[in-house]
Amino acid sequence: MSVVTVQLGQCGNQIGFEVFDALYTDSHCPQGLCSKRENEAYQASCKERFFSEEENGVPIARAILVDMEPKVTSQTLSKAAQSGRWKYGQHSCFCQKQGSGNNWAYGYSVDGPRHEESIMNLIQKEVEKCDSLSGFFIIMSMAGGTGSGLGAFVTQNLQDQYSNSLKMNHIIWPYRTGEVIVQNYNSILTLSHLYRSSDALLVHENDALHKICAKLMNIKQISFSDINQVLAHQLGSVFQPTYSVEGSCHYRRNPLGGFKDQALYTSWLKPINAFNVWKTQRAFRKYEKSAALVSNSQFLLKPLDTIVGKAWNMFAS
Amino acid sequence: FWDLALREHAAVNQKGIYDEALSSFFRNVDTRVVGDGGSISKGKICTLKARAVLIDMEEGVVNEILQGPLRDVFDSKQLITDISGSGNNWAVGHKVFGNLYQEQILEKLRKSAEHCDCLQCFFIIHSMGGGTGSGLGTFLLKMLKDEFPEVYRFVTSVYPSGEDDVITSPYNSILAMKELNEHADCVLPIDNQSLFDIISKIDLMVNSGKLGTTIKPKSLVTSSAGAVKKRHQKPFDAMNNIVANLLLNLTSSARFEGSLNMDLNEISMNLVPFPQLHYLVSSLTPLYTLADVNIPTRRLDQMFSDAFSKDHQLIRADPKHSLYLACALMVRGNVQVSDLRRNIERLKPSLQFVSWNQEGWKTSLCSVPPVGHSHSLLALANNTCVKPTFMELRERFMRLYKKKAHLHHYLQIEGMEESCFMEALSSLSGLIEEYNQLDATKSMPVEDFPRLSVAM
Repeated sequence: MSVVTVQLGQCGNQIGFEVFDALYTDSHCPQGLCSKRENEAYQASCKERFFSEEENGVPIARAILVDMEPKVTSQTLSKAAQSGRWKYGQHSCFCQKQGSGNNWAYGYSVDGPRHEESIMNLIQKEVEKCDSLSGFFIIMSMAGGTGSGLGAFVTQNLQDQYSNSLKMNHIIWPYRTGEVIVQNYNSILTLSHLYRSSDALLVHENDALHKICAKLMNIKQISFSDINQVLAHQLGSVFQPTYSVEGSCHYRRNPLGGFKDQALYTSWLKPINAFNVWKTQRAFRKYEKSAALVSNSQFLLKPLDTIVGKAWNMFAS
Repeated sequence: FWDLALREHAAVNQKGIYDEALSSFFRNVDTRVVGDGGSISKGKICTLKARAVLIDMEEGVVNEILQGPLRDVFDSKQLITDISGSGNNWAVGHKVFGNLYQEQILEKLRKSAEHCDCLQCFFIIHSMGGGTGSGLGTFLLKMLKDEFPEVYRFVTSVYPSGEDDVITSPYNSILAMKELNEHADCVLPIDNQSLFDIISKIDLMVNSGKLGTTIKPKSLVTSSAGAVKKRHQKPFDAMNNIVANLLLNLTSSARFEGSLNMDLNEISMNLVPFPQLHYLVSSLTPLYTLADVNIPTRRLDQMFSDAFSKDHQLIRADPKHSLYLACALMVRGNVQVSDLRRNIERLKPSLQFVSWNQEGWKTSLCSVPPVGHSHSLLALANNTCVKPTFMELRERFMRLYKKKAHLHHYLQIEGMEESCFMEALSSLSGLIEEYNQLDATKSMPVEDFPRLSVAM
């Protein structure tokens, strides 16, 4: 079951690189704290999901790189190629000469239709390489022009063209105190469009990731590379297969119990149904123990309200 | 500017390959080929030609450039000169020479545009107080808007200082401002007095000797002569280098890689909230990056603080005590996002932002520092602090206009009438009024407009 990744804009491409790197490094960890057989099954499964094979054995990421200006994509392509461990497909990249100028409308209404055919063709080619397509993972930012506008457009197209496949959008919530002045406009335009065409929105907030780097990891001079690596770690541990050799797709329910606080759960689900645990013996990146929590909760409501408020104030002025 | 641009690319481009970064400002040409076929788009650098058109209605300055060390950088076909000059008369520049050279200018621009894969922006560099730069320059601006409507027009305008030797500069400036208001996407006002003050400060830093400073042999403060600069020798060279650095830093994130890129169209998108309010006050820090002097690196945070001080602005303005509509920080070199965030948080409380853009920052990080330094910062502010400059200009205009002094020089040009002056004046007054209205909102409490709220 393979996943095709679409990396959009500077943010999407920079993150995409770190994610694939994290996945590759993890799956090639020689010791997984598990049996050799399980490690091999894990590796094979991960590879199948995210990489395709090339003749000389270097895995190629199942990804399309899209950006409206060439600097970032060429950098990403060469970084991967230089690592010698994995790389992007030679023809998997689509870029133009002039960026979207942080303009959602430009990304959605101009670049989208203009380059629809080229981009969808690239995606099609990547899909054809998969034995069975599990879905799409679209990495984009909300604040910029390409990631947000073109991302919304592409997701819509994927909805039309591949309605039976899962579309998960990974969106980056911008720093509260501004990276881009029109980020609030771009964000709400993006979200409103994604609601209709995306199956799941996985959110990472720049502020939260920044805090992790600062407080938990004690990094003094935090760069975007540091932030992206934290992100990639989190995503990697969520994406990696959790089968055990006994039976694939077999997950064990809930030996940990759940969170005790009743208030954490919605009224229409019993806690035992609301909380699912996937447990796997195989360690992630040599951590002896690690856990990743994915939740569908109200934690983004306040930030969302803030963004809507600011956008509205700007608009109404 | 071209001198510094070449130096900058030379420092980064080790292999001599004509790359994307170089192609932003230069063409790669095989000069052995006659005619137009000589352009080379990839591979080794042959001869670099500036993507530029040089226009002057008298020959002195352009001739000097053509005989100087950079003569090969300019294509002889890209020059337009005349003999007598515009006589510090906007009308002569705009109406007479505008009409006379319209075709020629258009043709040369079209040629230049054809040589570009993807033309994003025009940089117009001129002064407001003279005749050619001011008159013909703004005529050109309108032409660019009509001919290339989708290409951004960035204008670097040198405004007349307090002690200006051109008597008619208020007339010229205000007539030009009307054009800037209407046809420019973005204007970066500069004035000579501020540039001079900055040079003096650098001089002080260098000659105080306290910090054990030394001037590097190829000092970038002076022109390519290479000798150690004598104080007050050719001050305009040093002042012009500041403006050149401004343009380099403005485009650095578009030319070079970084973790958070910023293209030129993003500047306009983020910093211009309403079409008329497109005047951006700029400041470059640290100062010593403008002078290639070897001062031990100060604290990074000092660089950010300085960017907001009135002594570092390239025009007489005090942004800290006026209202910000938007602000952009373009950082180069070894600076990461945490440094940026920390300083924004630190400086924000002392700055006043307009109610609908309380956290209006646009940021960019470019990995390539300026030549010989580890980092630098360019701050662009759309701030009501430009208002005093415009008001003063209007003041000086009125003093002349009330007496109709020197007016006949203009009115005798065909196409010029008193109404031109009135229109220009009202255009400027309209602009000042816009800034006034914004300033009035400064101390008002920030109220949220009523809206549907997200259910919580």
